[in-house]
Amino acid sequence: MSDFTPNIRAFCCHYTSQQICAEGDEGLNREGFPKSVAIERLVCSGKLQVSAILKAFEDGADGVYVVGCPEDKCHNLMGSQRAAKRVGAVRKALTELDVEADRVEMYHLERGFHPEFVAAAQEMDRRIKEMGPSPLKGGKK
Amino acid sequence: MIIAERKPINEIMEMVKDVKRVLVLGCKGCVTVCSAGGEREVEILASLIRLGANKQGRTVEVTDGALVRQCDKEYIDGLDNWKGKYDAIVSMACGVGVNFIANLRPETIVYPGVNTSFLGGSAEQGVWSEQCAGCGNCILHLTGGLCPVARCAKSLMNGPCGGSQGGRCEINPDVNCIWQSIHDRLERTGKKEDMLRVAPIRDWSTAGHGGPRKVVRDDLTV
Ligand code: SF4
Ligand code: SF4
Repeated sequence: MSDFTPNIRAFCCHYTSQQICAEGDEGLNREGFPKSVAIERLVCSGKLQVSAILKAFEDGADGVYVVGCPEDKCHNLMGSQRAAKRVGAVRKALTELDVEADRVEMYHLERGFHPEFVAAAQEMDRRIKEMGPSPLKGGKK
Repeated sequence: MIIAERKPINEIMEMVKDVKRVLVLGCKGCVTVCSAGGEREVEILASLIRLGANKQGRTVEVTDGALVRQCDKEYIDGLDNWKGKYDAIVSMACGVGVNFIANLRPETIVYPGVNTSFLGGSAEQGVWSEQCAGCGNCILHLTGGLCPVARCAKSLMNGPCGGSQGGRCEINPDVNCIWQSIHDRLERTGKKEDMLRVAPIRDWSTAGHGGPRKVVRDDLTV
């Protein structure tokens, strides 16, 4: 699996992804943020639809994760709770298709700058490397 | 409204295992309101079918669409929009929709994408419960507006069975004994004596026990 570079998509809300705005991709990579992760920013994680997560898999993602505010401290009150439920729906669908549910994950993180933002990406990078390419790609690269 | 729920994906994948071009067809009626088969759910199912097929190492062409309703002849004509573009339809309407397509399009292969669950309503977001069984001979005027046909586990007509305890049904303590609720409501609304009426033995032919039912309105037929 050593030559496998995963394709990981991260959907992050405006508040939890401030670091990327401030530091840019390069700055973030210097802090150890894996290059395998491509971030897409959302005004709120609650905006994210189940279909958008599935689309990411259709577009070739091996793993997808969502970062939203702490459950009880979402800037938009319920946004990150909604996102977590939608991630749950995708996990259920992947299980039905006999694909590892852990290919999709929800993280509730504090907003602003902190090592957990980088750590979440590293964890997903490690996890997906271990799992290997997504079977949903049907052998496509 | 009619409440439905998407079928397990594997069941749907099995239906379409040999199909090369699938039309996933939503309905903008009841199933949109209960989030089972509207445009949003169509998009999700279309995606899941493509992903499932990829996983099996084959490609399927999935088109998504939706009709205003699938329970009216006129709207079924809308299928012509996708003429020649699919080999089979997975309908996300209730069973009525699937039947209507099968009735009106003798050559078309159509599969159900949802399980049609019951006639019900949503008392809170994301939760639906059964309220009416469409028995064809409504008696709600005698029961305080609460339906013993649909909401009593035994469809009893003359008060609770012996298993009702603390206002709960013996089949499951999470379920209200509807006869207790009927009693309480009749009492609150000053109609307690209605409880004493003995309901005659019912003719269930209107409830489907006499074969498929039909309503004909002479004033509307042409
Ligand atoms: S086809 Fe079924 S779900 Fe659609 S509007 Fe008609 S009854 Fe409701
Ligand atoms: S009595 Fe029959 S028609 Fe009336 S609510 Fe109950 S099942 Fe529906």
